[in-house]
Amino acid sequence: MSINLNVPEMSNKPIDKCVTKLKVENASLYYGSFQALRKITLEIPSCAITAIIGPSGCGKSTLLRLFNRMNDLISGVKVEGNVELDGISIYDSKIDVTELRKRVGMVFQKPNPFPMSVTENVAFGPKRHGVKNRGELDEIVEKSLKQAALWDEVKDKLGQSGLALSGGQQQRLCIARVLAVEPEVILMDEPCSALDPVATLKIEDLMRNLAADYTIIIVTHNMQQAARVSDTAAFMMMESDRAGVLVEYGPTAQLFTNPKDKRTEDYITGRFG
Amino acid sequence: MTQTTNPSSPTAAEVPSRGLKRRLRLGERVIEGWIFLAGLLAIVVLLGIIFILLKEGLPVFANTNPWDFLFGTHWYPNADPSVFGIAPFLVSTLMITLISTIIAVPVGVACAAYLSEVAPPKVAETVKPIIEILAGIPSVMMGFIGLALLSPFVQSLFHLNTGLCGLTAAIMLSLMSLPIIVSVSEDALHAVPREFKEASYALGATKWETIWHVCIPAALSGIAAAIMLGVGRAIGETMTVLMVAGNALAVPASPVDPMTTMTAAIANSIGNAVRGGVQYQAIFAIGLILFILTLGVNIIAERVLERQKRKFSR
Amino acid sequence: MTTYSSRKITQRTAFTFLTLATVITVVPVLFIIIYTIVKGGGALTWDFLVQFPSQAGKAGGILPAIIGTFYLMLGTLVFALPIGVLAGIYLTEYAKDNWLTRLINLAIINLAGVPSIVFGLFGLSVFVMAFHFGLSLLAASLTLACQALAMVITTSREALLSVPREYREGSLAIGVTRWQTVRHIVLPQAMPGIITGAVLAISRAAGETAPILIVGAAFLLPALPTSPLDQFMALPYHLYTVSAHVPNMPKETVWGVALVLLIVVLSFDILAAAIRIKTRMRK
Repeated sequence: MSINLNVPEMSNKPIDKCVTKLKVENASLYYGSFQALRKITLEIPSCAITAIIGPSGCGKSTLLRLFNRMNDLISGVKVEGNVELDGISIYDSKIDVTELRKRVGMVFQKPNPFPMSVTENVAFGPKRHGVKNRGELDEIVEKSLKQAALWDEVKDKLGQSGLALSGGQQQRLCIARVLAVEPEVILMDEPCSALDPVATLKIEDLMRNLAADYTIIIVTHNMQQAARVSDTAAFMMMESDRAGVLVEYGPTAQLFTNPKDKRTEDYITGRFG
Repeated sequence: MTQTTNPSSPTAAEVPSRGLKRRLRLGERVIEGWIFLAGLLAIVVLLGIIFILLKEGLPVFANTNPWDFLFGTHWYPNADPSVFGIAPFLVSTLMITLISTIIAVPVGVACAAYLSEVAPPKVAETVKPIIEILAGIPSVMMGFIGLALLSPFVQSLFHLNTGLCGLTAAIMLSLMSLPIIVSVSEDALHAVPREFKEASYALGATKWETIWHVCIPAALSGIAAAIMLGVGRAIGETMTVLMVAGNALAVPASPVDPMTTMTAAIANSIGNAVRGGVQYQAIFAIGLILFILTLGVNIIAERVLERQKRKFSR
Repeated sequence: MTTYSSRKITQRTAFTFLTLATVITVVPVLFIIIYTIVKGGGALTWDFLVQFPSQAGKAGGILPAIIGTFYLMLGTLVFALPIGVLAGIYLTEYAKDNWLTRLINLAIINLAGVPSIVFGLFGLSVFVMAFHFGLSLLAASLTLACQALAMVITTSREALLSVPREYREGSLAIGVTRWQTVRHIVLPQAMPGIITGAVLAISRAAGETAPILIVGAAFLLPALPTSPLDQFMALPYHLYTVSAHVPNMPKETVWGVALVLLIVVLSFDILAAAIRIKTRMRK
């Protein structure tokens, strides 16, 4: 069966040069008695972009939030199995969740800049983590904004409220805010779903540029986007009891052109066909 | 997926290992400890009140048995031996509360219905702050108004020896319990889903028929809670009844008799009571009964309100 | 079958009653305020505000009562605000959905319904006697603070809850601790709401009479309180005594005291409303 893919630039980055940054083994997650994730196992390579795709409600975001333990914020959440960052189990009781989140930053679906100036937004993390020196902070702010491809647009209005920026700028500000604390992994939860196509493309370019230095995991419902930006892709689905399972995981090119699982193929062709 | 290490890319060992070990953050732990203690304080104060009332109030029952205390019709703290019967206060409290509720409920519910269903938005926006102001007027002020303005009026209307009587107090109290009745009833009416009203209009009902047959029945439990909260307020109110109810110590036979409620009895006698003495204990026992009464009323109100909230939340 | 026009008449009659009920609610409020201004306005001279009372309150001013009430408001604020806000923070930011949290919420609801005179008994037994503060400003402030606690916690909690969850997530997601998030993101955003609640709470405290009648208010004192352990005069208690217990009081003086009390209490209520409106417009 041939699948007619409309993928502009299929990434062919050799992912086998990377090391395993995050490892998930047999992870299950429960909200009270409801099982949201069932026995997920996958290894996320460093210096690559991994996309998590699948129909809505299949647990993509829940899986993403497993990596920085944001699920902990919901009461009644229980996690089974093992999740490792650089070989260290992050659900170990001796782990400092705050330190974990410094290393595993997150960008949300809806841009959520703090109600303060652009500078303060970016400097917020470093300040809280103990950087006091004004000059040093300014340097971090400039560097992070440049990295996030926002510097040129906001350098004249650093004192303005972050909420006054456009949606796309706000999202890049949020990315700069994450970059400022120098994470190793960046989690992105449908970062473009609230943005227009132009802003979306800017964020995608930015992600490709960041991929050299950061491990990036993106949840997206947009399969063209997954195909455009990711190196590896994971396809998730709901089982009959609505628990999310991992159906297929592999290099993006392979997943989209030659899926091994019938369900993946159905989903992809259904969307494109 | 197979992993091969390549000399040019970083390996796990080379990644700048920023530890994940738990950090102490002593300052934050201390602050969070205080936050937790502050969170507990509401329980501590409530339990403290219960404890104090029991500790200071219960000993009186070694002197007067509970039956005589509750239903005795004489309060003679200075007699020898002293007599502590709080029936006059109980009856006064119940009588004044009942009358004030009978006055306040229809007015309050009607006002709420007007504000939520009938009033033009501009009128509602003007009236609501005025009702909020009413809630803010101190009870001593209401007592003073009752004393200076209402009691002469009641006196001449019913040809009484004094206008300082249960009825005057009840009228002032009804005014004071209006704000809570109006606001809670209005919330309840607001919570009635629009579909209900639209269905009623679609059947050709008039606005009033919709209010009367749809909105008020649907909001009934919320309105009931509002009434209970108003009752709770009336039972616990002190200054107004102290100033205008007349402070007579006999069991009142009619609403226009001067009377003393439980709250007023406490306020009147506490200054003269020897600390730790029998009268002191008796006063705390009145406090205990008052506390139990208001607690009961509030718990019922809260239960009803919870049920109302669940009814329309999907 | 009733005709359409008769149903219309029923509706008109009913609406007239609803309107009447609203008028019955509103008119007394306006009447009380206007009447007090008219009757008490004449007494409101500079001397009345800055002089000590003489002849059992019949002459002179009410300075000590104003100052005493001011101290009480301050005392209530000092004790109730920090604790109430911390408790609100606990309930919104830290508490899990468990039995303890439910117990705390139950305690808050019931604390709000405890009659003020019972708080007075509690204050007498705990602060005046057990803590040996005596009949004093300190004992009265603590008593009023206990009473204000439920309200401050409730309003703080509402203010904190109104801060969008996204702000908290954004902060936690970059490795900022929970307390830092509360301190630097949530609290500044919730501040107007918290202040509104605090202002309302001290406005209530200013008008509260029954508890201070028990724990330390005095009718006439020769000097202003110089320490928290001194007795004090207070506006509402002064109004109670001059209106109910002093024979042959000049009517205008009593109305003057009432007017000053009303101004103090309502001006704080209006301040609270102004803060609320201003922050709503900013958003």
